Amino acid sequence: MPFDYAPAPESRAIVDIKASYGLFIGGEFTDATDGTPFKTISPSSEEVLAEVSEAGPSDVDRAVKAARRAYTGVWGRLAPAERGKYLYRIARIVQERARELAVLESLDNGKPIRESRDVDVPTAAAHFFYYAGWADKLDYAGLGPAPRPLGVAGQIIPWNFPLLMLSWKIAPALAAGNTVVLKPAETTPLTALLFAEICQQADLPPGVVNIVTGAGETGRALVEHPDVDKVAFTGSTEVGKAIARAIAGTPKKATLELGGKAANIVFDDAPIDQAVEGIVNGIFFNQGHVCCAGSRLLVQENVYDEVLDSLRRRLGTLRLGDPLDKNTDIGAINSAAQLARIRELSDVGESEGAQRWSPPCELPEHGFWFPPTLFTGAGQSSRIAQEEIFGPVLTVLTFRTPEEAVAKANNTPYGLSAGVWTEKGSRILWMAGRLRAGVVWANTFNRFDPTSPFGGYKESGFGREGGRQGLAAYLTRGGPGA
Amino acid sequence: MPRPATSRLDVRKTYKLYVGGAFPRSESGRTYAVVDGKGSFLANAAQGSRKDARDAVVAARKAFPGWAGATAYNRGQVLYRVAEVMEGRREQFAAEVAAAEGVTARVAQSTVDTAIDRWVWYAGWTDKIAQVVGNANPVAGPYFNLSVPEPTGVVAVLAPQRSALLGLVSVVAPVLAGGSTCVVLASEDRPLPAVVLGEVLATSDVPAGVVNILTGRTAELAPWLAEHRDVNAIDLCGGDPEQAVELERSAADNIKRVLRAGEPDWTSDPGLLRLTAWLETKTVWHPMGV
Repeated sequence: MPFDYAPAPESRAIVDIKASYGLFIGGEFTDATDGTPFKTISPSSEEVLAEVSEAGPSDVDRAVKAARRAYTGVWGRLAPAERGKYLYRIARIVQERARELAVLESLDNGKPIRESRDVDVPTAAAHFFYYAGWADKLDYAGLGPAPRPLGVAGQIIPWNFPLLMLSWKIAPALAAGNTVVLKPAETTPLTALLFAEICQQADLPPGVVNIVTGAGETGRALVEHPDVDKVAFTGSTEVGKAIARAIAGTPKKATLELGGKAANIVFDDAPIDQAVEGIVNGIFFNQGHVCCAGSRLLVQENVYDEVLDSLRRRLGTLRLGDPLDKNTDIGAINSAAQLARIRELSDVGESEGAQRWSPPCELPEHGFWFPPTLFTGAGQSSRIAQEEIFGPVLTVLTFRTPEEAVAKANNTPYGLSAGVWTEKGSRILWMAGRLRAGVVWANTFNRFDPTSPFGGYKESGFGREGGRQGLAAYLTRGGPGA
Repeated sequence: MPRPATSRLDVRKTYKLYVGGAFPRSESGRTYAVVDGKGSFLANAAQGSRKDARDAVVAARKAFPGWAGATAYNRGQVLYRVAEVMEGRREQFAAEVAAAEGVTARVAQSTVDTAIDRWVWYAGWTDKIAQVVGNANPVAGPYFNLSVPEPTGVVAVLAPQRSALLGLVSVVAPVLAGGSTCVVLASEDRPLPAVVLGEVLATSDVPAGVVNILTGRTAELAPWLAEHRDVNAIDLCGGDPEQAVELERSAADNIKRVLRAGEPDWTSDPGLLRLTAWLETKTVWHPMGV
């Protein structure tokens, strides 16, 4: 029984979006010298928000040079404690401007304000706060005495958590003493550009952080730039493979955080109501635009009906619509291209014989929308059970024994995350040891914390972000023979 | 090779592959002549083929769950056992190393001793590495949160070309210590110590398939391993630097973890580089509450 809600929109007056943005290089916004400007739109209304510069090869070169100058001239020489204090400043300004960042994120990305306000922005601030404290403690990071930064990091982030992914990239890199050139996704550049203003407010030395906007070609120029020492990428496995190929034979180091097709496994002794909340959070959080989303539900056969009935009932209460409305659970799909991919794979799911179900759900007239969707009766090898859909689409499978659950969960080239729901502690640990995934959530799902390493097995990438492990990804051993 | 003083004809050994705990010839039927430092004939070694490489990967994959699932204490004892059995064959290994590398008997003996000690070093790491690279994470919420290292899976290893035994042990032992299994391409021109090491592994409680050793042409076999979708990682250590770039590109097709080509001084402290290269970090969350 759906409730009636009055609209509760968050005001967008707090955000001041400029008509056009340049590139943030050497501490200033500068015009692009090559490349064609492009528009970023609000995916919930298709309204043009701003025009953004496209960084061409010469712009990327300028940005890398600025980063190198800052590395050798300022940042690399700064007392580590002072480096940390800059990061603390940034963390505080992100907190101070949290509402502004949250509204801007929801406008540009389409995600519900409840998520940008309660998850993305606070967690981003927490990342800066956490890594700030590492800056003067690198000797204790487990890499021996006096570990050294790598130099200039080229960082490429996706559109699903724009500011949060920026913080995952920039905070550890700067704490370790590197300087960065970061490219936000072409559909969600605005919070990164606002972050550039935050760097200015913090008086961060020019060139320590450089933001270049653009699409794949800009990213390629950054990855292939000969003066980049480290490439950090979050995005699709396909692009991740191209990056791994591009840096072959170079001294460049890489961290790749790629796709996933996580199994969320529900045993018959699990508290069903909690599990259903976890399933919903696992796949419908952020419209399913989450690399670690629990997109494959594995339900023990004897509770299948009970779980599915409860899940369908719960999906009927999800509210889809205006991302700025504080009651919205499901926002807009980030782009027309992503919507087309979700539709295509969902159609494939039907044509391969799976049954499709969505709750009654009115979609807004403008913008990009897809209703929460379940597929049942899909085969293990069907495309909707194997490929990352990156949308609010859940494929439901069943199992009988724990061994079968493990075999099915691991039957994927990916290995980013997994979920287990059971009341039995020994079974949780047994499962956790056998699931080939970098993050295992037991009786919870989609939890993130700056202290907690995150990253994949197999084709979900390598390297970790978060925690001491995430710091080590930007350091090399010091001392003799290093 | 020691020559008999009497007129008795010595019984020579057939040097074969080591795959899945057995010593097969190459399915291709090929062999190649191996010579010592002065160019004198030593033996006909098996010249492994693509099929042999693929069989070796199957054996390594089959062995992985058991080896990865063994207790760290057990793995440590098995690695220590390898050192024990090698110790009993010190003279044989010294003769093999002297012949393969063209070094004096004294240098060969010292190399063998260092190789044995390296097994002991890695044996001790099996039940300590998790405490050194794993940790509890103080997350901002009511959750138990722990990060632990786990083995990467099947690792392809291009063994060092020059250091036929010490280099080989230095690249294989860390794979085993972390719980992964491997397919090793032995030094192309100096493969015989690797085959003898296989004999030691076969009699040291190392489960069949945990280490698989191929002899043959590195440049011919390496691409099959670099491309193989069921290989999780590759150590390009002894690969030709030019070919290694191509191999690294192939390895990208399933996001293999890669250590780039290059042979360090094997007598120096190996550090944790090769041990941690074949480890993944797994983070487990669970809510706390009553």
